[in-house]
Amino acid sequence: MNFSVVTSQFASLVLQGVALGLIYSLIALGYTMVYGVLRLINFANSEVFMVGTFTVLFIQVTVLGHAVTREPMHGWPLILALALSLIAAMGVCALLAMLVEVVAYRRLRAKGANRLASLISAIGVSIFLSESWRIFTDSRPHAGPRLLEKWSFGEFHGANFRIDTMMAIFASLIIYMVLLRFVNGSRLGKAIRAVSMSEENSLLMGINLNRVVTLTFAIGGLTTGAAAFFYITIYENTVFNVGFNLGIAAFTAAILGGIGNLRGAFFGGLALGLTEQFASAIIGSQWKAVTVFIVLVFVLLIKPSGIFGEAVQQTRT
Amino acid sequence: MRLEIKDLSVHYGKIEAIKGISIVVNQGEIVTLIGANGAGKTTTLKTISGLRKVSRGAILFDGQDISKVPAYERVDLGISQAPEGRGIFPGMSVLENLEMGKFNRKDRRSEMKEDLNRVYDLFPRLKERSGQAGGTLSGGEQQMLAIGRALMARPKVLLLDEPSMGLAPMMIANIFQIITTINTELGTTILLVEQNAQQALQRAHRAYVLETGKIVKEAKASDLLNDPEVRAAYLGTGAGTGH
Repeated sequence: MNFSVVTSQFASLVLQGVALGLIYSLIALGYTMVYGVLRLINFANSEVFMVGTFTVLFIQVTVLGHAVTREPMHGWPLILALALSLIAAMGVCALLAMLVEVVAYRRLRAKGANRLASLISAIGVSIFLSESWRIFTDSRPHAGPRLLEKWSFGEFHGANFRIDTMMAIFASLIIYMVLLRFVNGSRLGKAIRAVSMSEENSLLMGINLNRVVTLTFAIGGLTTGAAAFFYITIYENTVFNVGFNLGIAAFTAAILGGIGNLRGAFFGGLALGLTEQFASAIIGSQWKAVTVFIVLVFVLLIKPSGIFGEAVQQTRT
Repeated sequence: MRLEIKDLSVHYGKIEAIKGISIVVNQGEIVTLIGANGAGKTTTLKTISGLRKVSRGAILFDGQDISKVPAYERVDLGISQAPEGRGIFPGMSVLENLEMGKFNRKDRRSEMKEDLNRVYDLFPRLKERSGQAGGTLSGGEQQMLAIGRALMARPKVLLLDEPSMGLAPMMIANIFQIITTINTELGTTILLVEQNAQQALQRAHRAYVLETGKIVKEAKASDLLNDPEVRAAYLGTGAGTGH
């Protein structure tokens, strides 16, 4: 135990915790969006994230020809390269999420299958994707190139405001706010909310359920794809089972905040990221996962619906 | 507008909940379907709306069989339902709930204001509460919201499922008064499912009695009000006792 780091590295731990937490939040939004409309944990979301990280590498290394050993880029080429990788990751993840829905869940829903059947189907897709990727990649970790030179805006009490960290934080906040506005204000967003409150009554309004479900998976894919991009930009490597750890953490974040609730996913992610950083610093990083789950168990004991959880009938954003 | 249900059967798993019923609703009518709990009234309405699958028979709407049309397209055809238990969206405001009522209509933008005003004229209470979350309304207000929301789609036929359920007597009278108003002033055809047979038969033109999935009587509503069997079974007053 080393409590002195809490004071000596406080600002740094907060900054790192917020950055990691927001990446969790983006993935957690993927779980929570789908859960909100279908009451289904889409376990394949963690593999959507994994495919997103490889999409970023594919764009940067193969398409743009930026080998891992090359010098960082600058100016407009850099901005364009980053934008292209972000858009590609979001797009591929959205398409993959929609495909997973059609292949693994749609028929089960049409037949009125038990929710457990969908859950098993979700786990099946998740294993299929990660194990196929293990074969494609020979189980090896893949390093990402450094497109972005990691200069710092400056230091504040030991916290290093690095460009990649700051980019992840600001972009995540923007994505979260755009999503909130969309779900609360737009016509399709309202359809998503309506379906999350009642499928039957949404049908009576003339809402095409399948379209709303597809849209929801697409949105979950978009936020998860963005998370994959920021993850690669900060950590610069990935592996076929990267989705497992990140996915479990993000899923925990969604539960912690109150699953089905956008605000819950956001703050659940932040809380988890901060807990992880502080726990690693105080009792050692090998205890990170243990601490996270102890926190989860305590939250669930005290408030089983999560921090922002409400009764299901009142699911709000 | 003419809604005709022909020899309709509906199954829940292996159990036949609706056993070959036929119902006709003509333009401008209020038709009521009365019966005890579990007789199949709600199932009938849900099948007309497309929430339940037809296992035999047909649902003809203006002569076209719509039994294979998906539920969400039936609203556009002109069939709207205020479901049992109101079914409003609790986390949405009153205004948002009303807007959802015409989610899919092509001319929703140009029609919105006019339709909102029409609903607010019928239910001034909804106008006062337009910004309030639907879940915080009283039972009677929620019922108004459910009916108002169904009217937003400019239905040719309005399906009402137990609008009086769980309401105080004053509010029940109020809701039934409004049902008559919707029929006479807006000219909307109504198919009304009710357990409160007394009120329903007073308001309706024609009535059907449903018992365990079968139509056992069909007559003018005023005749059924005086039918001894109906009085004994549904109006709580035995034949010949007067009241």
